[in-house]
Amino acid sequence: MRKAQRLDFAIAWTALCLTPALACAAPAPVHHVALPADPLGSPMWAYHAARLLSDAPVVFDPRVRLILPTIAENQHQFPVTVDARSIPGVQRILVYADLNPLTLAVDYRPLHAEPFLSLRIKLDQRTPVRAAVLAADGKWHVGSAWVDAAGGGCSAPPVGRVKGDWAQHLGEIRGAAWRDGTATRLRFTVRHPMDTGLVENIAAYNLETMHVRGADGVDLARMEIHGSVSEDPAFTLLLHPIKDGPLAIALRDSDGREFTATIGPQSRPTQPHD
Amino acid sequence: MTDARWTRRAALFALASAPLAAPLMASAEVFAGHYDLHAEPVADGVWVVRGADAAIGFANGGAIANATILAATDTDKGAILIDCGPSLAYARALSALARRLTGGPVRRVFITHLHPDHAMGAAGFAPDQIAALPETTRELGRDGTGFSDAMYRLLADWMKGTTLVMPGLTVAPGPMVVGGRRLTAVALAGHSDGDLALLDEATGTLITGDLVFHNRAPATPDANLARWRDSLTTLTQIPHRRLIPGHGPVDPTDSAIAQTRDWLDWLEGALRTAVIDGLDMGEAGEIAIPPRFADVAMARYELQRSVVHFYPRLEAELLPRVGG
Repeated sequence: MRKAQRLDFAIAWTALCLTPALACAAPAPVHHVALPADPLGSPMWAYHAARLLSDAPVVFDPRVRLILPTIAENQHQFPVTVDARSIPGVQRILVYADLNPLTLAVDYRPLHAEPFLSLRIKLDQRTPVRAAVLAADGKWHVGSAWVDAAGGGCSAPPVGRVKGDWAQHLGEIRGAAWRDGTATRLRFTVRHPMDTGLVENIAAYNLETMHVRGADGVDLARMEIHGSVSEDPAFTLLLHPIKDGPLAIALRDSDGREFTATIGPQSRPTQPHD
Repeated sequence: MTDARWTRRAALFALASAPLAAPLMASAEVFAGHYDLHAEPVADGVWVVRGADAAIGFANGGAIANATILAATDTDKGAILIDCGPSLAYARALSALARRLTGGPVRRVFITHLHPDHAMGAAGFAPDQIAALPETTRELGRDGTGFSDAMYRLLADWMKGTTLVMPGLTVAPGPMVVGGRRLTAVALAGHSDGDLALLDEATGTLITGDLVFHNRAPATPDANLARWRDSLTTLTQIPHRRLIPGHGPVDPTDSAIAQTRDWLDWLEGALRTAVIDGLDMGEAGEIAIPPRFADVAMARYELQRSVVHFYPRLEAELLPRVGG
């Protein structure tokens, strides 16, 4: 982790220092229009914006609501909720943390879904956490906040590795769907170690893709997933109303293993009787 | 010539920087503060040093937990401490305060449980002065280094010189005499794996550590709620005249145990309902807190911490298996 982080900074510095001299030989991604100044003053704002947001103009927008707890109680499981429902025509939502060695957590496409997403991410240190939303106006709308966190979210082994039972539960999916206003709320958890590759002697191993499909097999939502998403990921999505038929979830990890689940459109769990 | 130029430059620099000097001095970085501890008399030979009803933070130097001072009653003057704060500097300030009150040195330190706001002041004492339940010593061995790292990160020089000192004495449940005072040790659990409560027989003062919070929301990072509730039941069965909680004011009216139980019951029910209603962690941290907890400090903060502590387990229990 520390090594990888230094490497990340080294790449940033190299890009910064060498770009003018080697502009033709090694063109760094450049914005067509000037980036707005980062209200958080992050040392990595311009670098990550050039990598992740270079295809469209960027604006900071308070309508990208980033809901974060007041304290990073557990740097392995930091809840992030992005609500961009007041922005029309959202095509993609990126969630990333500037100073995480694995910066990008997810790239979400709410194809037939509201621009709303909850997940849990790892934090490796105090860092800006951001949501970038590509909207119908062709711009990236960004919401962000500094989050204070102790070190080690990416560089400590996951609980399942320490307990040693991760393989027995790999890919187990729990979840349900609820009616939520006019939308269908889908929540599910997946057992997966989500190894970052930054812990000694544990290779990177993480979920890479998610598809949520309706009864007719059409993709309702798609997500690209990276190793900075927490162990045993938990996602909340708001799908456009599902009238009938089950929802299908299909996940694939970096070893090519596929995990699937089927959830009824109204499958609210009940309190077990005791 | 050179000298003159230097002088002129120095003078110019001084002039230019003069208006800046005051604000710069005012905003100079501060690496630690000074613990200003006050002892509240509780009963004959019993004092409490109240912690701030806040989160551990640089502003309070981590002094958020209550510490109790008992005066020795045998021929040698001195003090018995129950919990000793977060740092070496705190432990030294507490020892000095105890000496002023009792006229003697610290003879024994009891640590009620592993958490660093109660236990890391052990750095100010020798292992053979420090007593804890065996579970607490085991948990300190497991988590002490991590706590130390976290406390140094949050508190900087407030922690200067604080090392991990493990308890050298094991508390056995039951009656004992320490410094002439008759104490009864009760070995409980639920806030952590080992929670020590002590009853001072002479005054009827029950010192509970973090099994009881009073007008300050309970913290749950190592909690087992079923065991915690059992421990609260045990505490209600111990006759006492007043109670010193781990956090919050002294309780003379026997209401703090019930308040702690009320919070834990509400918390568990509310989190189960949140999972069943499909809320995510962030939304669960924003649910309404009942008005009866309006006077409970740190309620929202501890709710959000508890969401993180309990949510994954509750999801595994309550969400149906749908695949994989």
